[in-house]
Amino acid sequence: MSEAIETARTYLRPSKKLPTVWCGGCGLGIILSAMIRAIARVGVEKNDVAVVSGIGCTGRMPTYVDFNTLHTTHGRALAFATGIKLARPSLTVIAAMGDGDALAIGGNHFIHACRRNIDMTAIVANNSIYGMTGGQYSPTTPHGKRGTTAPYGNVEHAFDVASLAAGAGATFVARSSVYHARELDRLFEKAIRHKGFSVVEAVTNCYTSYGRLNNHASPVEMLRWMKENSVPFAAAAKMDPEELEGKFTRGVIVDRELPEFIESYDEQASALAENPVAVEQVGNILRRFDAAAERLNPKSG
Amino acid sequence: MKADPKGVLTGAHYLDGDHAAAEGALAAGCRFLAGYPITPSTEVAERFAARIPKVGGGVFIQMEDELASMAAILGGAWAGKKSMTVTSGPGFSLMMENLGLGIMMEVPLVLINVQRGGPSTGLPTLPGQADMMQARWGSHGDYEIIAICPSSPQEAFDYMITAFNFSEKYRVPTLVMMDECVGHMTEKVVIPPADEIEITPRKEYTGPPEEYLPYLPDKDMIPWMTKAGDGTRFHTTGLTHDEKGYPVMNADCQETLVRRLVDKIRTNADEIAILEEEEIDGADVVLISYGISSRVAIPAIERARREGLKVGSLRLVTVWPFPETRVRELAKNVKALVIPEMNYGQVYYEIERCAAGNARTVLVPHAGGWVHDVDDIYAGIKEGLK
Repeated sequence: MSEAIETARTYLRPSKKLPTVWCGGCGLGIILSAMIRAIARVGVEKNDVAVVSGIGCTGRMPTYVDFNTLHTTHGRALAFATGIKLARPSLTVIAAMGDGDALAIGGNHFIHACRRNIDMTAIVANNSIYGMTGGQYSPTTPHGKRGTTAPYGNVEHAFDVASLAAGAGATFVARSSVYHARELDRLFEKAIRHKGFSVVEAVTNCYTSYGRLNNHASPVEMLRWMKENSVPFAAAAKMDPEELEGKFTRGVIVDRELPEFIESYDEQASALAENPVAVEQVGNILRRFDAAAERLNPKSG
Repeated sequence: MKADPKGVLTGAHYLDGDHAAAEGALAAGCRFLAGYPITPSTEVAERFAARIPKVGGGVFIQMEDELASMAAILGGAWAGKKSMTVTSGPGFSLMMENLGLGIMMEVPLVLINVQRGGPSTGLPTLPGQADMMQARWGSHGDYEIIAICPSSPQEAFDYMITAFNFSEKYRVPTLVMMDECVGHMTEKVVIPPADEIEITPRKEYTGPPEEYLPYLPDKDMIPWMTKAGDGTRFHTTGLTHDEKGYPVMNADCQETLVRRLVDKIRTNADEIAILEEEEIDGADVVLISYGISSRVAIPAIERARREGLKVGSLRLVTVWPFPETRVRELAKNVKALVIPEMNYGQVYYEIERCAAGNARTVLVPHAGGWVHDVDDIYAGIKEGLK
């Protein structure tokens, strides 16, 4: 317990007063503390961490943590984070997003970030609803479940966040839930250590908006649902699809190596700087520009 | 501070405006460009992508769209690189979202808009000047911004450096409003030696890291900036915020913040105003123009002068903040102000407002797609003298 208090003292901002903006029973605090424990275990200096967020309840997460923190626009956290990482690769960059932020308004940025394989980590806090605006259905609201904009049940179908990330090319993908808080921080740790783009989906509960609309009795009951309806990835592989109906899998789903963007870019750049053939290539490109200019106006001189 | 010679391609070149702008950015010390291809601006990104590995210490990335491009350069600037993006009308519309974030977070960056004909997809390969009011008011909320308009490849080079310098000095996104003609015309561009290029450094915080307040304004209203990773851990947000950068949701904080964002530019408008004046003294009519229209107007002015008419010229290099002081003064001393622009009245209305009835204002409009007919500008001068 004292270790937990020590970690909290080290990583929470003394100048930012608690409580958080989040409702009682919200799972986001569990995700925030798992993120802090993971960073502590990786051992990276606070000065060298940048946490970026978009809009929504998860968007407020960076405000409380004592890193370089940037609260940006709705859906754009990963695009913003891309700029930070490319401009200063020594930083450990984490983008914290909700399901609406990452997958609806930010869906395009999400898949392209997965594809590019820049060494940073995306945390998707998936509570299946737009919490801050009061319970509208999101890209991860299950079919048939209610939101204030789906008062008779959602007619759309939900994204499987981890499959989407894997399909888009993320080189590390994992999922757990706020019930499995210890597992979650282990997965965050692995994700941060992974060289390349990593995604961790943290299944969480929004009792205030989602729970009440969908007849959950309490936040605790929602956590119990996570416990009873999730299956470790390895065990799920041996189960029939029918048995897995309505359940989600947990654990590391993808962990593979692929050349990382910045490493590839720098390799190319240093080759251009040192290799005479490559230097000539740069010269050729510039000469091609000049030749095009000459063609446009042959009277040059 | 002088320019870093690694980015400066000193010598006489034959470049189009887009390539010249890319060279201007490199000379200014820009080391991060995130962009999305769009005609007629793409050549800026192409040249930057080709040149940056050789310059060293920089990176180019092609993002998935203009929303992302603008977001990425905000991140790049916060991580310490001079950053820019480049686009044209449709992309400019998408960039408005995060341009507002840049204004709110007070991020130095440069955005080039090589204007084409609009609205919507309009005329991708042909010129326009109809994004001038969008440059001023395009993002939601209240703010001031800087916009400058080069009229030649040489100026595209020169004013990119000015744009970066303004953005650093005032911690505000700075717009370089070119047009397709300036972007695609090819002319001689002389790039001076690095030690002749003056660079405004970032207003960096140098105090004790633990005392850093990201939005504590200096006497000049501009807060000190830091970069992620330098030990001055900070919070920044698009929400209305206090000196610590923390969100504060009330009218007092909003008033203090927005007032400062506006005033830091507005009170320096005269200093930011770059104007070119010619034969203003004793003129009956003054032609006010910007961008390519300034050059198209020259034969019309010369023709009028050959006929003995007293015509002066005021060229706005800085369009935003609007050089109000000079235009107000001018209106009191001439009969008419004639304004050719490739739109149906944008900067014109600012001039009309500042003329305040002291001089006639004559708009010579053009919807874009090509430059003005010289005869139309000449007719505008005659109209002003009626």
